[in-house]
Amino acid sequence: MQRYILSRMVQSLLILLGVLFIVFFMLQLTGDPVSLMVSRNASPEQVERLREEMGFNRPLIIQFGDFIGGALVGDFGMSLRHRQPAMKLILERLPATVELATTALLIALCIGIPLGLLSGSNPGSFWDTLARGAGLVGQTIPNFWLALILIVVFSVELGWFPTFGRRTWEVFGMELPTKSVILPAFSLGLFTTGQLVRFTRSAVLEIKNEDYVRTAYSKGLKDNQIYLRHILRNASIPLISIVGVQFGYLLSGSIYIETIFSWPGIGNLLAEAIGNRDFALVQAIAFFASLVVVTLNLLTDIAYGLADPRIRYGD
Amino acid sequence: MADTADIKETGLIVDQAADTGIRAKLIYLGRLLWRDKTGLVGLSMFLIVVISAVFAPVLAPYDPLKQDLRAAKQPPAWSEKGDLSHPLGTDNLGRDILSRIIYGSRVSLTVGFFGVLIACSLGLLIGLIAGYLGGRVDNVIMGLVNLILALPYLVFVVFIAAILGQGLIIVILIFGFTDIPIFVRITRGEVLRIRESGFVEAALSIGSTRKRIIFNHILPNLIGPLITIATFEMSAMIFYEAGLGFLGLSVPPSVPSWGNMLATGRKYLTIYPWIATFPGLAIVFTGLGMNLLGDWLRDVLDPRLRRMKK
Repeated sequence: MQRYILSRMVQSLLILLGVLFIVFFMLQLTGDPVSLMVSRNASPEQVERLREEMGFNRPLIIQFGDFIGGALVGDFGMSLRHRQPAMKLILERLPATVELATTALLIALCIGIPLGLLSGSNPGSFWDTLARGAGLVGQTIPNFWLALILIVVFSVELGWFPTFGRRTWEVFGMELPTKSVILPAFSLGLFTTGQLVRFTRSAVLEIKNEDYVRTAYSKGLKDNQIYLRHILRNASIPLISIVGVQFGYLLSGSIYIETIFSWPGIGNLLAEAIGNRDFALVQAIAFFASLVVVTLNLLTDIAYGLADPRIRYGD
Repeated sequence: MADTADIKETGLIVDQAADTGIRAKLIYLGRLLWRDKTGLVGLSMFLIVVISAVFAPVLAPYDPLKQDLRAAKQPPAWSEKGDLSHPLGTDNLGRDILSRIIYGSRVSLTVGFFGVLIACSLGLLIGLIAGYLGGRVDNVIMGLVNLILALPYLVFVVFIAAILGQGLIIVILIFGFTDIPIFVRITRGEVLRIRESGFVEAALSIGSTRKRIIFNHILPNLIGPLITIATFEMSAMIFYEAGLGFLGLSVPPSVPSWGNMLATGRKYLTIYPWIATFPGLAIVFTGLGMNLLGDWLRDVLDPRLRRMKK
């Protein structure tokens, strides 16, 4: 097990190193990163000054060394627009994104798994049709469009939820979510819900035919005992990896949902940074999002290894 | 997804058809399609989109760029203030929404088709190299593939699009190149599986060359899985293109595209909600059709599923 964890950690570190490389050299795609950052009517002197200020006049390899050195201690330079360290801006926005992602995941889990289970256990039934429809719809409705429709229906027409913004409820210094999170979380979680329905359904269909399930039936166990103790339990092992990967993506900040609902999270910060051509901030966000995804993938793999001995000893 | 009973039948039919030439195969495929209604529905939905893209100038009632401020913000025909001259209403500049949706399918399909073409052909080539050569080459290629697949896709696509700027070609290239890893992984996996199979061993033992094995044995077996994945990936690219358009990072705002229309619609969402509603429905319609088609293709073309059915 230790060897497995160690090798996965080394892999993750290599991936993060690759990410730093990509994030740094992406700005060089156009040849001159400074021209990306200034407005079109900037004078040549202004461009030159910025080039010097940002250190873009130094050899590329030195810039890269500097960038890596900074990244290792969490320093991605200053945001041009905010005149503040990029990492600080990201960490300020983190709680809002975590709240949104966690709620979205909870919604997806609460709908996706029961629906998948019902559908897989009664193929061809009403629940099955419903679940397959929901799975398909969840994967084909763009969340940015769903968000707009939900706003029109539930905020504008019915007035049940605020149209935008994040409101929190402060209890003993803790910020608790209010109903302002419902619409964004539902739109964001839709895709994950569809994935979970489809995945749970096919896992249940597969496990139902296993020998140990037949044994359980022949022992005379009741349906719900078999579903909870044998089928769901075994299906949950591969589900861990789906949930882990999906949570990583939810946490990496949803640029659409946060922009539409003016949700003060990392996705919104990214949209702003792109609008302001604030590329130091964009670089930092891209790295941060990758860090979150890679870390969650690592944790997922470790959990997977703990849950399933075949993985541990396999490689 | 077809039911197991369906799969059993369809599988048998295809296998019987295997030796009777391409024409017979096509007829059988048509029959399978007729039998499995979800596949038929998916294909029809997809064809509607393709036809509207190809015949846009004939089908669209108006020039998608023509502004008519007197007719601006007209609601769809079935609402009180709407009328049949603009069935789906008009946008803030009085442009006909139906015509813009019809023309918008051109951008979506172009991006989806050429994006997948680039990703699939390069992915196939690289995947073949990785799977067939193995060893160090394989390690390096798969290392890169896993690196790219580990990145948060949307964040990076938005990042690249922001750097490179707007334009159809740029969008196609972005999706074409960032999607290569998916095709590399699937090709390599299939190549490894096929290489171990009995018929390749048999071909090797009678002295077939490497070229012959790749072109006569491995490639034909790759067509099924690749077509299936290509359908899903094309639908994903249409989705992502609309998303980039929504952020103003795809084709220039003057071009009628579903994403651009959504971006406009968002500004008027609370007062004129139909401007954003219909282009979104067009995206859902296309995505749904392609996903149904992809699910059906997966069941029919996957040789493993077919073998299981025997």
